[in-house]
Amino acid sequence: MATEKSVKETYYESIIKQGYSRRDFMKFATYIAAYMGLETSMIGQVAKSLENTYRIPVIWEHYQECTCCSESFIRSDHPIVSDIILDKISLDYTLTLMAASGHQAEAAKQATMEKYKGEYILCVEGSVPLGDDGNYCCIAGRSAKDLLIEAAEGAKAIIAWGSCASNGCVQAAYPNPTEATPIHKIIKNKPIIRVPGCPPIGEVMAGIIVHMITFGRLPELDGLGRPKAFYSKRVHDSCYRRPYYDAGLFAETFDDQNAKEGYCLYKVGCRGPMTYNSCGTIKWNNGVSYPIQSGHGCIGCSEENFWDNGPFYERLTGLAGFGIESTADTIGKVAAGVVAGGLAVHAVAANISKRKELNSRTTRGKQNEKKLES
Amino acid sequence: MKARSFKRVYVWELPVRFFHWINAFSITILAVTGFIIANPPAIMSNAEASDAYWFGTVRFIHFATAYVFFFNMILRVYWSFVGNRFSSWRAFWPFSKKMWHNFLHVIKVDVFLANEKKPDIKDISIGHNSVASFSYAALFLLALVQVFTGFGLYAANAGWWLPKLFSWVVPFMGGDFIVRTIHHIATWGFILFTLIHVYLVFYHDWLEGRGEVSSMFGGYKFVCEERLTKALEDEEIESPVDEETLEIID
Repeated sequence: MATEKSVKETYYESIIKQGYSRRDFMKFATYIAAYMGLETSMIGQVAKSLENTYRIPVIWEHYQECTCCSESFIRSDHPIVSDIILDKISLDYTLTLMAASGHQAEAAKQATMEKYKGEYILCVEGSVPLGDDGNYCCIAGRSAKDLLIEAAEGAKAIIAWGSCASNGCVQAAYPNPTEATPIHKIIKNKPIIRVPGCPPIGEVMAGIIVHMITFGRLPELDGLGRPKAFYSKRVHDSCYRRPYYDAGLFAETFDDQNAKEGYCLYKVGCRGPMTYNSCGTIKWNNGVSYPIQSGHGCIGCSEENFWDNGPFYERLTGLAGFGIESTADTIGKVAAGVVAGGLAVHAVAANISKRKELNSRTTRGKQNEKKLES
Repeated sequence: MKARSFKRVYVWELPVRFFHWINAFSITILAVTGFIIANPPAIMSNAEASDAYWFGTVRFIHFATAYVFFFNMILRVYWSFVGNRFSSWRAFWPFSKKMWHNFLHVIKVDVFLANEKKPDIKDISIGHNSVASFSYAALFLLALVQVFTGFGLYAANAGWWLPKLFSWVVPFMGGDFIVRTIHHIATWGFILFTLIHVYLVFYHDWLEGRGEVSSMFGGYKFVCEERLTKALEDEEIESPVDEETLEIID
């Protein structure tokens, strides 16, 4: 890749050229529209946009990451998804997949940034280390921060793929030695779509790009900059084990009878009730399964700080600064015990300290009692 | 010691008493259901999930009671503008010189149990003492924390605009996890408050003998007659005095 095509091509043209039939194309349009949460009447608009829109140049930067986002992407359900995104969207620069390397590759990137200034989309996979002058992540002799600022300059919009770019992910876990920093904390003047998840679901990634092509603007975002179509519900809300939760049927350990029955994993630490993602509906690996369906609780990989909110197999977690493994409840019980003990001591002390006052009052009360008319 | 006669004074108006008991009731329900939601008991059952719904019911009770708690709180805020001087918002703002003096007095005499050689009758508060006012102001803030975090967590599932008003809380705090943790810890604040509150009510009733406990049922407290005359002479305030004199010889 890393080619600079002089002849402009629409998405449809390149899909057909790739060997797909129009029928395949329409199936793809229907399928992606469904994932995007559009009405059936909108399928025509999706198809029309793909037929008429020229390719959007994309620069895909890889910083501190493990490439699981790219892996997830190229394994998405429909073959056209990876084709359209990786070949046809004209990925002008991506370290992992491009054929070019070295100076050629860097030159191609520079050419795209100049030629399509203000038009290209910058996809960022990975966080940016700010510690030690950014030396923890360097590409072609330059720091990730430097490269990001340069690439963001002429970008139309930035897509922060995955938890690394969205919230720092594992490398930002306490104590965060490299000062791994998510994109939105560095770039402030560009629209940023955050697509958290480790990795995000491939279909979600495709859906966002197709949305931008179809409607020419960013999808509707929530308060954290995540596309509402995919991140507005908790995994818990679309979980097929939800009825067990409402019925109060829980697995206590991973090897008990309840776990075999497929009961809710709430008590063994499932983060589904706190995690916003579409794993319950879109699922993974061509819709085969997702963690909860495979018998493991959700670890909340698309939530900020999920790695520091461990352990993954308990509902409540340790509170920093209160000793290892102490939960809020333990601290609460100790505090309540201390308060109750203190109150008991106070009650005794009050009776001793104020005994004169109390004695005289009791005496007078008894005298009054004797004076009562019988 | 001379005989003292007491008069019955109407301190806690009916809305205040209603607020107090609805509040106490809903906090109890919310804490109990909250702890069940946080760590549900293990129930082994042969029932199909379709026949059982107890956990859903517990959550429903929690959410319904949260609304009761919230609206009760709103009404109390309203009453702090129209109610008597003991329920007024001014009583919860312990920064006047007089209240500050009372604050130190309460700390000295009731917390550290010092005995005064010449007790001043004016040091005994008719409504809340300053330390108590302060603790209720703190409890109000704690209740706000619960309202914001609770409705914030609830907002994503809500269909009504009221809880949706709080949908910014979760993004603001950075995610459900931290919001849940705060919501959970704050519950312990209510429990600690309740322990201390109930103890101190008993303490005052026992040491002062003027109907502290029953005042939250009937609304009346007993106040030394000499204080009423003084107050009337000063004409600072209209007298909330019940004309009927209760002859209790102390």
